[in-house]
Amino acid sequence: MPRAANDPSFFVQIVIYGLANGAIYALIALGYTMVYGIVELINFAHGDVFTLGGFLALPLIAAFGLREDQSTGLGVYLVLLVVALIVMLLTGSLNVLIERVAYRPLRNAPRLAPLITAVGMSFILEGLMYMWQGANNVHFPDLLPSGRISLGGSASIGAKDFIVIALAVVLVVVLTTFINNSKLGKAMRATAQDRDAAQLMGVNINRTIAATFFIGAVLAGAGGMIFGLYFNTVRFDLGFQSGLFAFTAAVFGGIGNIQGAALGGLFIGMVKAFSDAYFTSQLTDVWIFSILILVLVFRPTGLLGMRVPEK
Amino acid sequence: MKGAKERAPKRLPLQGWTDRDTVILRALLVGAILFPFFATLVTGGSGGALINTAADAGVYVLLAIGLNIVVGFAGLLDLGYAAFFAIGAYTYGMLASGQLFGSPLHHEIHLPFWLLLFVGMFVAAGFGAILGAPTLRLRGDYLAIVTLGFGEIVPSVFRYLGQGSVLGNWTGGVNGIAGIDPPSLPFGISGPWSGEALRFLPRFDFVDPIAYYVLMVILVIVGVVAATNLHRSRLGRAWMAVREDEVAAAATGVNTVAIKLLAFSIGASFSGLAGTFYGAKLSLVSSENFAFVVSVTILIMVVLGGMGNIPGVILGALMIYYVLFNLLTNLPDLAASFASAIGLGFLNASHGDWPGLHDEVQRMNFLIFGLILVLVMLFRPQGLLPSRVREQELAKGVSEQAVFDLREEG
Repeated sequence: MPRAANDPSFFVQIVIYGLANGAIYALIALGYTMVYGIVELINFAHGDVFTLGGFLALPLIAAFGLREDQSTGLGVYLVLLVVALIVMLLTGSLNVLIERVAYRPLRNAPRLAPLITAVGMSFILEGLMYMWQGANNVHFPDLLPSGRISLGGSASIGAKDFIVIALAVVLVVVLTTFINNSKLGKAMRATAQDRDAAQLMGVNINRTIAATFFIGAVLAGAGGMIFGLYFNTVRFDLGFQSGLFAFTAAVFGGIGNIQGAALGGLFIGMVKAFSDAYFTSQLTDVWIFSILILVLVFRPTGLLGMRVPEK
Repeated sequence: MKGAKERAPKRLPLQGWTDRDTVILRALLVGAILFPFFATLVTGGSGGALINTAADAGVYVLLAIGLNIVVGFAGLLDLGYAAFFAIGAYTYGMLASGQLFGSPLHHEIHLPFWLLLFVGMFVAAGFGAILGAPTLRLRGDYLAIVTLGFGEIVPSVFRYLGQGSVLGNWTGGVNGIAGIDPPSLPFGISGPWSGEALRFLPRFDFVDPIAYYVLMVILVIVGVVAATNLHRSRLGRAWMAVREDEVAAAATGVNTVAIKLLAFSIGASFSGLAGTFYGAKLSLVSSENFAFVVSVTILIMVVLGGMGNIPGVILGALMIYYVLFNLLTNLPDLAASFASAIGLGFLNASHGDWPGLHDEVQRMNFLIFGLILVLVMLFRPQGLLPSRVREQELAKGVSEQAVFDLREEG
């Protein structure tokens, strides 16, 4: 358990692992925070959309002829990029469909009704993935380069870690820029602040909400595929715990706040890495959810404060 | 006092038979009493399994009634209700088995079930208060998130506190606690119904499922009476006020935090009670039985049945229990025999990727349950049997206007 507790290079290694892990949580957390910010719904199906990203990438990777042992070179990354774009498009469209079928009709219903359909959609997605690939871990091809750069001592940063962290950073920056500068982003912020007023100003509410679900799921789908490439395994119920952790991350950073969600994701990833490495993985979720409760009690608006007022 | 003069008019003699909810409650009571005879009749004398299942379903009925106080009456969303269920079950498990012999205490504790029923209730209520006190100031969904976190923490802590934990083995860890004492009474009677002569017994142990069933029915009746009376009390009206508009309730002098704390604790005590019974009946508690899915299942029972309405919640609990633990588990066999009956028997054989109809249907369980949830919610977002007040609110649309509209219609 306290393996090399005093070894600084072990510490560095855990930090890197935590960052990579946290980057994936951040990608999921962004979707939670956006959807919650705009419709105040804890979208339980979001974690499963994330898993689905990994599951959809599997046949696509096979269809493009990528093999674990043979495919090398730059071509692989181009193909992976294409696969990722298709996966993102698919999960995005699926989430729009979910919103249209299961949440939109209940927008004026009692608040618990869409929450229950969200749980229902989560079961449906998990059920579909279970029927598709069964209950066991599914191997995900190891396509990212395995090179590692030594950081002194026994610590090293893998190309995988670097790619995952870099991808997450890029996606967060792109998203933040988009929401701050584009017209659609402005419509989203307006809708989150006051739906009725936004509508009066000519914002198409339905389209804006659908776009929010689309973007959230695009990031989650990408996250799922990145998870597969990083850990080389996916499972149908993966999204459940990852989703809860990511949601915690979103709350931690201040729900409704994009940068907050990204920061929260990294933090939660770090907590998980350190708890797993220095203590016991059995209590990891206890620490994470305890942090969640403490944050909510002492700073309910999250670390970075929330932009959306409580309605 | 002005209020004392404005008494409600006396109940009309027939009112009980024209009120939908009262009629349903009475029908449920009659059904509960007749059920053992029915079960024995249908199965030709061996209704034990059916009665056993019914007693298990009763646990969920009790849980749903309790969660309804939190969610339906006071409008607080609790996503970690199973945590209190776990606390009740583990309290009983630890204090009525040999478990604590292996703990740092080195002594077995065997307290009687009847005492621990109350202990379980109070421990759960206490934890409800501990969790609620700092968090109930939060509004809306933040509370839901805190309870969700608590619901994850509690089973994890119980799972951790086994062999090899820093604090010693208190809960048996992943294996849970087995060999828990069954309830027993210091007296009993045997009679022709069990094939013996009519005589008094010095001690009656709960072995037969019917004993658990009777106890469960009594607990549920007590629960229903308690919840109904709470609902009609001053406290119940305060809950409703907080649910409808917290700011307005606070402005009219309702101590909202105290009121919410009471709802939370009382709801938790129901869960603790159900947990004690559950641990005693199963004679085993394991942290796996209190996962997030359990909290969600209970919430679904409440919402599908009709939040705030006790008969609706009971019906919802029974229906969901039936679907989850009976229909979905039997569906693979049903599908297989149905396929054979209509000449599609070839579907039952497995070949290649097709695992056979039986296994395929089994794999669809998740999917089917999800579909049921979504469809019922889409077609009846107010639940199957909503409370009157809620129903009218929904018909009027926006909830902020509801109270005003109701008064206008008089």
